[in-house]
Amino acid sequence: MKSVRVQPEDFDPGGEMAALGALGSGGVASFVGHVRGDDNLIALTLEHYPKMTAKALDDLAEQALARWALDGVTLIHRIGRLVPGDRIVLVCTASRHRAAALEACAYLIDRLKTDAPFWKKEEFADGRTSWVEARQSDAAAAERWD
Amino acid sequence: MAHVTLLYFASMREKLGREMEERVLPESARTVHDLIGWLVTQDADYASAFAEPAKLRCAIDQVLAPFDAPLAGAREIAFFPPVTGG
Repeated sequence: MKSVRVQPEDFDPGGEMAALGALGSGGVASFVGHVRGDDNLIALTLEHYPKMTAKALDDLAEQALARWALDGVTLIHRIGRLVPGDRIVLVCTASRHRAAALEACAYLIDRLKTDAPFWKKEEFADGRTSWVEARQSDAAAAERWD
Repeated sequence: MAHVTLLYFASMREKLGREMEERVLPESARTVHDLIGWLVTQDADYASAFAEPAKLRCAIDQVLAPFDAPLAGAREIAFFPPVTGG
């Protein structure tokens, strides 16, 4: 089972995990990313390239399904304006083997950060705004799966 | 002569003041690199937006492409900064 969604609405991690759990694999791993409220950040606005995002996320899910013995993959990424504490991203994997579920989950979030066309703009309490810059540590985390 | 749609995202969109445009590429624009070389001659906004190609990424028909990628057959070419999702 593969489910890939990009949406402004929030999602329900428990419900998504339960849906994968119901496949009967025996193991479900998950990662949920939230907006951090560092440095007086009041909001993040996520922009994306819709036609490419759909393709990029679907490709990532397919790569994970080909590489690990997974029964299910769920990828959800939010867009639009989010405030500290809000959920941004969910990765969920189901497998008979815990190592496969956990590794595939780590692979998907690492690769999503470097391969999917999303950009974050930060808004601060003093009115300043700035685009988040890509981090070398994210590129290194993605490369370890090559 | 090839008609293409150029798309700009995030800081590139803001620097150029536009999110898309239709262009007819000159014969000389065979690769992404050639296209950038031609665009920067079009006006000062392009020269400044494309001033640091190392901080830019390109996608041809929704697939990430290196700057030496050929443009033959391309319909949609997008320029944007390195991605920051997740």
